[in-house]
Formats: sequence, C-alpha cells, structure tokens
Amino acid sequence: MHPSHFLAVLLFALFASTVFGITMRDTPPKMFRYGAYCFVLFVGSVIVFSWVMFLIAR
Amino acid sequence: MATTPNKPAAAKTSQGFVYLPLIAGWLIPGAGHFLLRKWIRGTLLAVSIIAMFALGLAMQGKLYTSAQDILDMLGVAGDLGGGLLYFLSRAAGWGGTPVQTTVADYGTKFIVVAGLLNIIAAVDAHNLRTGRKS
Repeated sequence: MHPSHFLAVLLFALFASTVFGITMRDTPPKMFRYGAYCFVLFVGSVIVFSWVMFLIAR
Repeated sequence: MATTPNKPAAAKTSQGFVYLPLIAGWLIPGAGHFLLRKWIRGTLLAVSIIAMFALGLAMQGKLYTSAQDILDMLGVAGDLGGGLLYFLSRAAGWGGTPVQTTVADYGTKFIVVAGLLNIIAAVDAHNLRTGRKS
C-alpha cells in the first residue's frame, strides 16, 4: 500500500483524533468537539509547516 | 448523631479486580471499554487503533524486535503498547524489515503510535472502572 503523503496525514489525524476525543473528554458532544479540534490542528499544522519548508527550500 | 452508610467504601469493596479493563484494553484494543459496557466508545477505539496498526503493516512499516539504541528501545516500547496485535504480528512475521521508502517509514510510525494510543485507551478504561471518569 502506497498512499500519498497527504492521505497518510489525513488517516493518521483521523484515528489519533478519534482516540484523543474519546479519552480526553467526558461527554459525547465534548468528545466530538475535542476530536474535531485535534483533527483540524493536526492537518492545519501539517499544511502550515509544509508551506514553511517549501519556502525555506526555495 | 445519625449515622449514614459509607457509600464510597462500600463501592470500593465491591469493585473487584479493578485492573481487568486496563489489562484487557491493552491486550485487545477496545476490550476494556467493552467490559464496562461502553460499546460505542469501545468500537470506535478498536476500529481506530486496529486500522492504524493494520495500515502501518500494509505500508511495510517495521516492527521493532530488538533494541540496539535508545530510539529502538522507544520503538519497542511503543510497539508493545499494541498488545496482542504486536505479538501476533511478530509471530506471523509481518512488517517490513529495513525501512527503504518514505511510506514504509510512515508505516513504522503508524504502528508505534497505534500502540501508544492503545495504552491511552486502556488507561481510560481503568479510569472509567475506578470512577475517576464517567
């Protein structure tokens, strides 16, 4: 299996955020919100750092 | 002075073996939550952790088997968090040996992180069992 780098990031973020959401909060609505927050942070930080590395490498 | 029954003490004595969800959750992802009848949480945890571990293997990620240096030791510790998934995979000879591609390196990280997430899930099951979390 050879997923693209971005697909690998999306899968990693999805599974890690699911576990974080369930284990770090008490009620289902809070779990969902925290999981979504972690997912956005994972993917967002990857995009930001990717652009930073792209600009440094130029 | 009126006396009231000591409910926390009574609850404590009726808890039985409180480490069972912790051990079961470590051996089988989600099993700790299943023991506590948290079906949806257990299913989501099991799917997430097993899928992450399986994707790591599918990407030809490496299973750490011996520790040559400190980083290898950390890798073994992370992999061991996978419980039976790790032992079964080692017994079956799954996983790539040397990391030769970037995707295989991602796969190695998927396997390690799946183990670490499984430890977090098992501790969560223990906290539910002891009443620290609802």
